Amino acid sequence: MASFTVVKTEDLAAEQGKGPACVLRGQTSDLGCLTRQDGSVSLSQGDTTSIAVVYGPAEVRINKEQIDQATVEVVYRPKVGLPRPEHRKQERVIRNTFEAAIAASLHPRSAISIIIQETEDMGSNFSCCINSSCLALLDAAVSMNFMVAAVTVALKECGEMVLDPTKRDETEAKSVLSYVFDSVNLQVLTVVSCGKFSRAEYRNGLVLAREAAKSVFQFYRESMSKKLLMSQ
Amino acid sequence: MAEQFKMAQPKEYFKKFLENDIRPDDRELGEFRPTILNIGCVSTAEGSALVKLGNTTIMCGIKAEVATPDADRPKEGFVVPNVELSPLCSPSFRPGPPGEQAQVLSQNMADLLRTSECINLEDLNICPGKLSWVLHIDLVCLDYDGNVMDACTLALVSALKNTSLPSVTVDEETGDIKTDPTTLRPLSVSCCPVSTSFIVFDHNILLVDPTHEEEKLATGAITIIAEGGNLVSIYKPGGTPLTDEQMEDCIDRALKRSKEASQLIGETLCSIDR
Repeated sequence: MASFTVVKTEDLAAEQGKGPACVLRGQTSDLGCLTRQDGSVSLSQGDTTSIAVVYGPAEVRINKEQIDQATVEVVYRPKVGLPRPEHRKQERVIRNTFEAAIAASLHPRSAISIIIQETEDMGSNFSCCINSSCLALLDAAVSMNFMVAAVTVALKECGEMVLDPTKRDETEAKSVLSYVFDSVNLQVLTVVSCGKFSRAEYRNGLVLAREAAKSVFQFYRESMSKKLLMSQ
Repeated sequence: MAEQFKMAQPKEYFKKFLENDIRPDDRELGEFRPTILNIGCVSTAEGSALVKLGNTTIMCGIKAEVATPDADRPKEGFVVPNVELSPLCSPSFRPGPPGEQAQVLSQNMADLLRTSECINLEDLNICPGKLSWVLHIDLVCLDYDGNVMDACTLALVSALKNTSLPSVTVDEETGDIKTDPTTLRPLSVSCCPVSTSFIVFDHNILLVDPTHEEEKLATGAITIIAEGGNLVSIYKPGGTPLTDEQMEDCIDRALKRSKEASQLIGETLCSIDR
């Protein structure tokens, strides 16, 4: 599978000259990019892009109905091919994350579905999926207990940490950790890891990711205020 | 009376116990169920293990067959883990293709094997570009009483340590494959990852090694896989947010458990006669 990235000369020079990456890549969002859905967003973090849409609260399949709360469904579509077991695992993690975040008890006997389409995975895809889903839920005005922000950290062989790694950083890294924080106390909601790491590395990654999560929440705020200003 | 109370208000029933720092099955909050390990119980498989964690029972069998390696990785073999949750083990599973939970568990096992690097895939190669071993690791759940993840990991690692493969020779000219079942070579397993699962009850109490009843009442779960002093994976899929202290506490206990469990595997392996 071939993939291309267009790099400007000045960007390349900046990339080669920069020190350890402790900032997130540039984020852009397009709220309400599709029209038939209750909430939709196209979010890009650097070159990683995903589209998330939300339907709900809507009618629920009878075998999934819960009498005391809404059922959260997550569907993840990879860019190429059919979903595989690894995507099922990712769906499950995203679903469990949002089951905690969405105030599901407000809508018993209904379904809130989140559909995520991966459009370009250039590193930190999991974070991009979580963040786009959260923005889509905000766009659909679904009541939530708290917002969530995901940040990925890659640990390199030399001990260096890279925040919001690119695809190349991820393949070179000895392990990749993704953290999801809630917006109230910035506590850890979800952690998934890939590769071996030590306890100290987990702790350092956590500190770095928590700091970056604040800027993600700030980005949500800016995106929403921009959308509301536009609709006036 | 207790039965009716448990049926009608399971959460309240649990709370009454937890107020006294004890669980309905007489365990402390941080206590594991008795772990029983039987290694090498299936003589027809290349490696096998039976694990009982309280009532939870997992049987693991490893079958080896030969296949052509992938063209882009000619020097590597394959490991294919598969977890089966059939209607035999619990009424909540239906017959048919594997459900979401079974798929996620199988994926967890595959991720565990990949990230812990306990088997070097190049050891499974017989003839570069032509012949490699495929290890089919089948984990069958016989009794589903919570914490299947920990039981699966224990069974998987024990069975791998028990695996030995016959020597295979390939005739250079004719391409004939010859297997010699009398000379068995044990598979080299470099490390011993052990997983420890916790659930969060009522948003603040951590319980280790949950039973199925406890899992149903959980507001969150976390699984930590440790190997030696290192961490192989921290897997916390959503649920109640935990404080940093709670996370550190979980890691502490997981590291302690990993020492105990790898000791248990070592002792059991020593006690079986080959």
